[in-house]
Amino acid sequence: MSNYDHEQLSRLIGMLPPAPEAWVQAAQELPAARRGLDQLVARAEADAAFRAEVLADLERALQAEGVEPQPRVVAELRRLLADD
Amino acid sequence: MGDDDAWRELVDRFSRYVYAIAVQGFRLGQQDAEDVFQDVFARVYERLDSLRDDEAVRPWIAQLTRRVCIDRLRSGSRESDADLDELPELPAEDSLTALEEAFDVHEAMAELPENCQVILDRFFARDESYRTIGDTLGLPAGTIASRISRCLDKLRDAFDGRNPPPTPSGGQVT
Repeated sequence: MSNYDHEQLSRLIGMLPPAPEAWVQAAQELPAARRGLDQLVARAEADAAFRAEVLADLERALQAEGVEPQPRVVAELRRLLADD
Repeated sequence: MGDDDAWRELVDRFSRYVYAIAVQGFRLGQQDAEDVFQDVFARVYERLDSLRDDEAVRPWIAQLTRRVCIDRLRSGSRESDADLDELPELPAEDSLTALEEAFDVHEAMAELPENCQVILDRFFARDESYRTIGDTLGLPAGTIASRISRCLDKLRDAFDGRNPPPTPSGGQVT
């Protein structure tokens, strides 16, 4: 005899609605975003002119690297470049 | 499966759980909940190599999410000049236990045929009507209720298979 009837199961299913799609997508793209950031920072470390270019327009630099310039990613790039 | 695909699958598997802990358990607003959500997955990503045991991932993510939520509540209290010694209101343990139970049910749901997963998810977790589900899946709306009932039977079997109910003898096997 099961511990769970239909009502209990349906209540438990309903307790976990999907997270907003954009949040899930941003989390799923984390590895690609990290790779893009690492490449940008490495190039910026080696090339002062490129670093200045990136700092002048962080969003565009990310897009050129194929990374969606979400505010969180832009802030992370700014932080990494400031740490150089 | 590549690392990126495995990561996507992990996020997919735990996204509802992390979201529910933040929003239902700790009652965070959407902005705080989003920060917690992204922070949790960023930390999971950084530490994933040290967690090869699948059994350990879930309790670790649950604990991490709770800790990040508490940090968020505390930083919110500081910003609002509340008494620093005063702990923010934490969720009742019962509500977090119920979310773990809900996660178990969703894990069991993942073992069902895809049509059952979709129907149960759309009706109970996404609050879609019979008509919307029927239109989307190309099924007569009048058949949705009976399909839901059959899928719940399958879910109960799958869930009991993963979590056998106690036997009348108290679980003793002789």
